[in-house]
This record gives sequence, C-alpha cells and structure tokens, in this order.
Amino acid sequence: MSLHDRSLHELTIAEQLQALAAKKFSSEELTLHYLARIEKYDAQLNSYITITPELAIEAARAADAARATGTAGALAGIPLAQKDIFCTLGVRTSCASKMLDNFISPYNATVVEKFNAAGAVCLGKTNMDEFAMGSSNESSFYGPVKNPWNTDCVPGGSSGGSAAAVAAQLCAAATGTDTGGSIRQPAALCGITGLKPTYGRVSRYGMIAFASSLDQGGPMARSAEDCALLMNVMAGFDERDSTSVQRAVPDYTSVLNNSLEGLRIGLPKEYFNSGTDSGLTPEIERAVQTSIKELENLGATIKEISLPHTELAVPCYYVIAPAECSSNLSRFDGVRYGYRCTDPKDLFDLYSRSRDEGFGEEVKRRILVGTYALSAGFVDAYYRKAQQVRRLIQQDFVAAFNEVDVIAGPTTPSPAFKLGEKSSDPVTMYLEDIYTIAVNLAGLPAISLPTGFADNKPVGLQLIGNYFAEDKLLNVGHRFQQVTDWHRRTPALHKSGTGVRAA
Amino acid sequence: MTIEPADIEKVAKLARIRIDADDLPELTARLGNILAMVDKLQAVDTTGIAPMSNPFDAEQRLRPDAVTEVDQRDALLAIAPKTEQGLFLVPKVIE
Amino acid sequence: MMLWETVIGLEVHVQLSTQSKIFSGAGTEFGAAPNTQACAVDLALPGTLPVLNEQALRFAIMFGLAMNAKIAERSVFERKNYFYPDLPKGYQTSQMDSPIVGPGLVDIELPDGTVKQVRLHHAHLEEDAGKSLHEDFHGQSGIDLNRAGTPLIEIVSEPDMRSAEEAVAYLKKIHSIVTYLGISDGEMSQGSLRCDANVSVRPKGEEKYGTRVEIKNINSFRFVEKAIKREVLRQTELIEDGGKVVMETRLYDPDKDETRPMRSKEEANDYRYFPCPDLLPVVVDTATIEQIRATLPELPDAKKARFIEQYGLSPYDAAVLTMERPIADYFEVVAAASGEPKLSANWVSGELAAKLNKENTRITNNPIQPEQLAGLIKRIVDNTISGKIAKQVFDAMWDGEGHVDTIIETRGLKQVSDTGALEKLVDDVLAFHPEQVEQYRAADDSKRKKLAGFFVGPIMKASKGQANPGIVNQILMKKLNG
Repeated sequence: MSLHDRSLHELTIAEQLQALAAKKFSSEELTLHYLARIEKYDAQLNSYITITPELAIEAARAADAARATGTAGALAGIPLAQKDIFCTLGVRTSCASKMLDNFISPYNATVVEKFNAAGAVCLGKTNMDEFAMGSSNESSFYGPVKNPWNTDCVPGGSSGGSAAAVAAQLCAAATGTDTGGSIRQPAALCGITGLKPTYGRVSRYGMIAFASSLDQGGPMARSAEDCALLMNVMAGFDERDSTSVQRAVPDYTSVLNNSLEGLRIGLPKEYFNSGTDSGLTPEIERAVQTSIKELENLGATIKEISLPHTELAVPCYYVIAPAECSSNLSRFDGVRYGYRCTDPKDLFDLYSRSRDEGFGEEVKRRILVGTYALSAGFVDAYYRKAQQVRRLIQQDFVAAFNEVDVIAGPTTPSPAFKLGEKSSDPVTMYLEDIYTIAVNLAGLPAISLPTGFADNKPVGLQLIGNYFAEDKLLNVGHRFQQVTDWHRRTPALHKSGTGVRAA
Repeated sequence: MTIEPADIEKVAKLARIRIDADDLPELTARLGNILAMVDKLQAVDTTGIAPMSNPFDAEQRLRPDAVTEVDQRDALLAIAPKTEQGLFLVPKVIE
Repeated sequence: MMLWETVIGLEVHVQLSTQSKIFSGAGTEFGAAPNTQACAVDLALPGTLPVLNEQALRFAIMFGLAMNAKIAERSVFERKNYFYPDLPKGYQTSQMDSPIVGPGLVDIELPDGTVKQVRLHHAHLEEDAGKSLHEDFHGQSGIDLNRAGTPLIEIVSEPDMRSAEEAVAYLKKIHSIVTYLGISDGEMSQGSLRCDANVSVRPKGEEKYGTRVEIKNINSFRFVEKAIKREVLRQTELIEDGGKVVMETRLYDPDKDETRPMRSKEEANDYRYFPCPDLLPVVVDTATIEQIRATLPELPDAKKARFIEQYGLSPYDAAVLTMERPIADYFEVVAAASGEPKLSANWVSGELAAKLNKENTRITNNPIQPEQLAGLIKRIVDNTISGKIAKQVFDAMWDGEGHVDTIIETRGLKQVSDTGALEKLVDDVLAFHPEQVEQYRAADDSKRKKLAGFFVGPIMKASKGQANPGIVNQILMKKLNG
C-alpha cells in the first residue's frame, strides 16, 4: 500500500473535505481510490451488494465541477455507501432479499435525496441481513459479510455490510438503519462509530420498513465527528413521513468540543455484573469500565442507576417488531414488483409460493410470529401487552434522565462471534441485542464508540442520550475520541486468504 | 401458550407463506421457543398502562389536499412482473 | 302462516370529492386511463409512507356534524390485513376501535309521509381499493390501482330498518346529506356511493335477531330495494322449508334478480387489526370542530322546514324539493323570479321532474334556466296562456326554441279572451248539441254542473286549447241559463 493510498482512505471526512477544498486531490481521484479498494478487498468481505462505479464517477465529477464554481454542498465529493435498504433511483434496492433481487427503485429515499443534494458520492449499496432482520448479517440473500477484523467472524447486523465497509475503509462512511441495534451492534463488532438517532429525527421515507415504530436511519463512520457531518445532512423534518419530527436541526459539529465538566453519566446496574443472565463477558465489562474512567477523567461524574424493566426489552421487542413486520411485508406479493413464482395456478398459489420462495427463513419466521401475535384471540395478550410494557420501559428511561445526562454501558454482551455459531437458534441470536433493543422501544438516541478489544476483536461502548440529545452524544463521543485511539485502529486487509489480524 | 403445528399452518395460510409439511415440526419448535421467550411479558402487571405506539405520543400531521404526483405509469409498470394494456396481471380473481 | 319481520342495517361507502388521495398526492379523477393516477405510495412501493389529507378529515367531520353525531377528539387509523390484488399494501388503512364519527341519529322520510329515526352506529375514514378487471387477459385478471387510496367514509347504521323501502329512504337521505355538503358527488353509477346491506328476518314479535347475510356492493337505489326484497324472500322461504340461514356474504345479480354466495369470501378471515404505526392518532380540537360547523350549508331537514314556513308548501312537496340540493336551489330561483312559490313547486316537482326522468338526465343538465321557467309561470298567472298550453311551451323551451314569449308569439298560442270570438264559439258548440242543451235545461241544479261540463271539452277543442277557460265558463253559463 503506497503512502499516497493510505493518506486518502485514512483521512477522516473532515480532513477529506479540507483536502478537496484545498485541491490536494479531486473527488474523482478520491472516488476512484475507494472503487479500487472495493475491487481489491471486497471479494473477501462481501460488504457490498451492488457497486455503482459509473454513477459514482459521474457524481464525483459533478462535485468537482460544483467545487470549481463555488456551489459545493456540505459533503461534496465524499464517497459514501448506502445500506441496501434505502431506495435509490435507477439502482437495484434489494434489502438483501431474493424478493427484491430484481427491484430497480423508481424513486429515491429522502435520505438519499439529501445526500445527493449535499454533493455526496454514492459508491454502492451495502450488504445487510435480509429486510434488516438479524444480528449477524448471515440472513442476506447475497451471502454473509465477513468481519474485517477476523473473517471467521460475523460483522454483526443488520447493517453489517455498512459496518464492514467503513471498518475496512471501502467508503468514507455509510448509512445504516437501526430497529433493535442494527447500527450500534455491527458498529461495535467492527470497531467503528455508529449513531442511532431519536425516532423521527431522520426521515423513513424510502427506507424499506421492517418495524415502522422502531426503525430509524443513522450514520456509521470512523469517528463521532464524521457522524456529526453526516447527521447535518441526514437529519430533519420530512413532509412525506408522518412520524418525522418538526424540530430544527442543530449544527452537530458546533458542540463537538464542548467540555464534559459536570456531565452526569448513569450506569444501569442491570447492564453490568458479568456472569449473570446477560452473558456479558469480563473482557467487555473491563473495556467498558476503563472507558468510563476515561470519561471521568474528562470531567464526568458517575452514578449508578436502575432500569428495572431491562429484562423485558427483548421479549417486548420480539412481539412488536414481528407484528409490524408481518404487516409491512404483506406488500411483497409478486403483483407489482419484485419476485414472482413461475406459473402460479391461482391467486393463493401466486402469493404463498412467491412469498415462500422470495423470503428467507428468518424473515418467514418473523412474519409467522407476528401474524400469530396479531391474530384473533392473541392480539391483546401479545401485541397490546407488549405496547404497554413498552411504555414501562420508556418510563424507566424518562426517570433515569431526571438524574443523569447520558447512560453508558456495553453495546453488546460479547465480541464478534463465529459465522454459523448462533444462526441455528434464533433466541440466542436475539439476546445479542439485549443492550440495544430498549433504546428503540423508547425511541431514544444512542451511539456506539470503539472502546478497546476483547479476544483481538473490537468492543463497543454504548452511550444513550435523552430525546434529541444526538448533539450531546456526539460531543461526548468526540471528546472521548480525542483522548483515545480505538477508533483509529484499522484491520489489516488481505487481498485473499483468511489471515486478517488486528493491527 | 404452546403452539401446535395446526396453529402454524393456520397462521401460514393467513400470511400467505407456503410451508412444506417436512419443515413443520422444526418450525413449530423454533416458533415455540420464540413464543416461550416472549411469554415473560404475561407476568407483568400492566393495569392502567396505556399502550405506546409512538415515543412522543405525537399527533397526526395533515397534508394539504393538492395533487403533487404526476403520471409515472410507464416507469412504475416497467418493474412489474406481468402487465398488459397498462394493467398488472394476476391469476383470475374470482368473486 | 308465520308473519316475518325484516331487519336491515346498511353499510354505505361514500367516496369523498377530494382533489388528491387520502394518503398520497395522486389525483382522484374518475375514468382516467388505468394506473395513471396511482403513484408510488398508492402502489405500495417499498419504503413509501402515508400522510393524511386534511380535506378528507374535514369532510368526514362535516358528515358527522350533519348526522348530529359525536366527533371523536382522537381517532386512530388501523390496518386491516388481508391479501387481495386490488389492495397493494396487503392491508387497508381504516379505522376500527376509534372512528372519527361516533353515534348519531338521522330522520328518514317514508313514502307514506311518516318520518322515522335511524341510529348511526359510527362512520369512519378509510382508503378505497383498486379494481380487478375480468375481461379476458388469457384467463387472468387485470389490476387498475387508480382508485386505490381514494378517500372513503364508511357509514354504518344500526339494524333499525324494517323494510326495503326504509332502507332506500335511508340511503336516499345519506345521498342527500353528502351531496348537500358537497363532500361527494354521490354518483352511484360511478361507484361514488356504494351500499352493503345486512339483512335478516325474524318472526314478528321476536326480539332476538335472525342470522344475518351481507349483500355486497349494490350500486343503485332500485337494486337496493330489489336485492333486499329478493333476499328476504329467499330467507323466509328457506326457513319455512325447514332450512337455516347461514351467515355469509352474497352478491346481488340484477340481471337474474337473485343473490348468490361470494366464492372468494367463503373462508372466514382474520383481519389482524392493529394501529397503523406509520400514522399517528388524529386529534381534532373543539375549536376546529366549531369552525367546521360554522361552514356547514343548510341541510335537507332545515331546508324542508324553511320551505314549508317561507313558501307555504305542503310537507310532501317540501320534502320532494329538498331531496337534492340542485333541485332545491333551482326551485328557489324560480319561486323568487315568478313570485309564485306554489305554482313553481308544482312545475319543478311535476313537469320538470317528469321530463328529467323521461330524458334520463339531471337538473344540472336541464336546458331550461330557472328564470325562463319563472317567465312561463308568469304567463300562466297573467292568463296569456292556459296551464295546458304552458306544457307545450315548456316542451318547446326544452327543445331550445327560445324565450317563452317568443314561443307563444311564433306558435300563436296566446289565450283567447276576446268575448265576441268566444261567444261565437260557444254558440256554435251549443247549436251542434241541441239534445244536451235540452237535458241541461230540464235538469235540477244538483245535476247541472256535471252536465255543463260536457260542453267545455268541445269548446276548448274548437279553440285549439287557446280559449281562456274562465271566460269560456262565464259565457257558457250565461247562454245555458239565459
């Protein structure tokens, strides 16, 4: 790898923007550089489903032209990747499903429009768990993604392709979506920074729905600062999304350097004590505790808090998410777009065979569980009950935020696990999201920051903020990243073979 | 609550997902595990707790009554599996 | 033989006359080429989301207020999940537990002039589905989604109607209210107003309801009546023959005048209703409701009362004239311009209504302007023409022959009031019927009136209808008695 090479993809987005402005290199050069890296390394990682070199170069040239005329947008010329859940006009948008393998979206998601308007370059669409249902990226129709730190391991999910691509520096940053931890968990497992914003902060229009009341798009990048730059573009009210919040978007970069003096951090007692049910490994607990010390050194005060309904989050989620998904995925019926079985003999056959053949096992399981939970005689016991428990979980957080500014804990109970290790038992896989799920149920923002290694694999620190406190989370993350270098660690990539080791 | 293969068949029919008879026992076991896990909720006292479907208990925003979409039939039908004369085709609908 | 009582409840679907759809910005025009008014949201493309149309909500509230119903401060859209090719999302966005319009009450006018109250269970907002076309596409069906997402209110009555006639009267009242409010064009032929009827029978005097059958999609007032009557007959015959009515959905076939079970709905469905997570609860405050109430037009019942009071019309005439707002508006212009409300009422609900019916058209397409009709009425009142001649003039006006006076002039229809000319006419007729004159003169007073009537016909005929009947009568009496 040449020095020049390293300088381009190892720069943060803020540095790339400065260099582009100073004409040290063009966006076209930067884009070609990333495309070459994808070509070289992604065969092994499988982080992209679709690469769009022509469109990327075209966008890069447009960004260079805009820069020359002084009309460049906030992210002009920065090569990004979109999770393949965001609809992109004229480009296949598959949601990693056979069902949408042939779906060329006729429209752009609002988030995609916003990035286009800001001049960002889209390199392609990243791999993910099918319809964002999974925590390992193993349910993709396009095959699993490998963790760049250890290719025997999963990158996490569902935004596993985005996390792996960012960690392997196959894009400057990427988008993700988070329904139960799908930004934060893969960010933790791949050693990058991922922010799940407050529900309603980022438009869901054009983001293929999994569970509408939980889904939220957000940035996945190599630093909190880069996440802030992406949030400045992604966030904001959208009149096409009824659940989008009408509230001004702050400049997320303006508060990054604020002092943490007096910051009150709460540590939920339910999130620690390794050796109990949560499956939290001692190494992760140690890494997280070390980072919390670091935050104390920066002026924060620590307080133990309690989130008493924590253990109900996973069961609550596994009623609400499948219920909503069972209805959201009814539109995939082989009539207007997507997969259709051959020679259906009647309508019922068209539906049931197209859906059986088009959906993967995990998606079908969730549709069945959700259909059951909503069916006559069960809807009160399951769905309504879960919506009530959801409020109890939210109230835990509301009470906690009366006492603290930020809640800290591990993002995941264990580091990246081996491919196939948990895929045989859905319930074990579901427990992977034990720390992330409650945040979605409550609709809160949370960030995962690289915070060390366990077994040579990255560990994530999760910070949960109050509603719309993304700026606070990014501020804490940025200050933390100024005194630590976990986020600067990069995996050693190999063009072929399996020997990828932590640097 | 335990789930029986017959329940799964009924639910699969409602969800329009074909299931192979061979897969039914394993599927029943897996769904049974998931339902056993979520059954933890039944023990929680939720008397007087309003169900929550939006974190802010927000209200619906209204859209002005204006036509903002143009005809895009050609583009939209181009991605459909089967069309004729501007219509989506499906196996005969019987009323 | 057992006496049976019919029990009917109606579910009426009314398409709202909004410019755009309930959850998308696509147009709602009727009759557009297939799928040209179906946008990404209507087609349920992945990632698309609904946003509620303000006008659809407003229209639903207007309807509720017109039905004296409670408007829910908080209503919730739910998903009704089922698979059907005309339902792109695989669920219909509707309202179930918390509809926008709560219980209400409406008066219906029965043909015998009595008024009955029907209770409204509720009315809710929902989206319409697309259409399946069954022309032969090589044994397949074609799907047109232009109609998908058109706003509807579904109006659900209590089972308060006891005959097909009552059901029709109720439906007409609903039609009248929605068209008065201008929230729907009410065109049944275009599917803007559709009706499902829940019909059951029970022995007279029994309190428990019988097993009900739902008859789907009845698309005219006449078919509502025929379908219900046919279904009632089917059910009573079935029971009398020892059979049992099964709860099912049936379709009315007007060609065969029969109802038959719907095959596709045989299987009991489980709609798995739950609150739509893409839409939030709809909250309407009292101020908004009151502001909408203030914009309501005069409604049929109020207008009827005013017509009785202001114009001295009979309740029957007032009810007929106020059934449709364009007719009521037309009448009011005629009455004001002619200064003859009662005569205006007779002409609008008589001659004009008959003509519209005969020509199968509606008042809005009527070629005779209300001012023209008022002119005609004035000519009757000032004796320029007789009522009988006026009908000729009316037909000529309809055919576009011009102004009333022009027609009277060019056709020479002016009424003859010249006493000299009329005396000669009377003399001629009396001379031609000497026997009848003798009979008259020999009869006593009690029979004379009837006998005198014999001469009027021939005299009017001889005058080609143009003789002033009042003057003819005076002269005739004078000659016969003189």
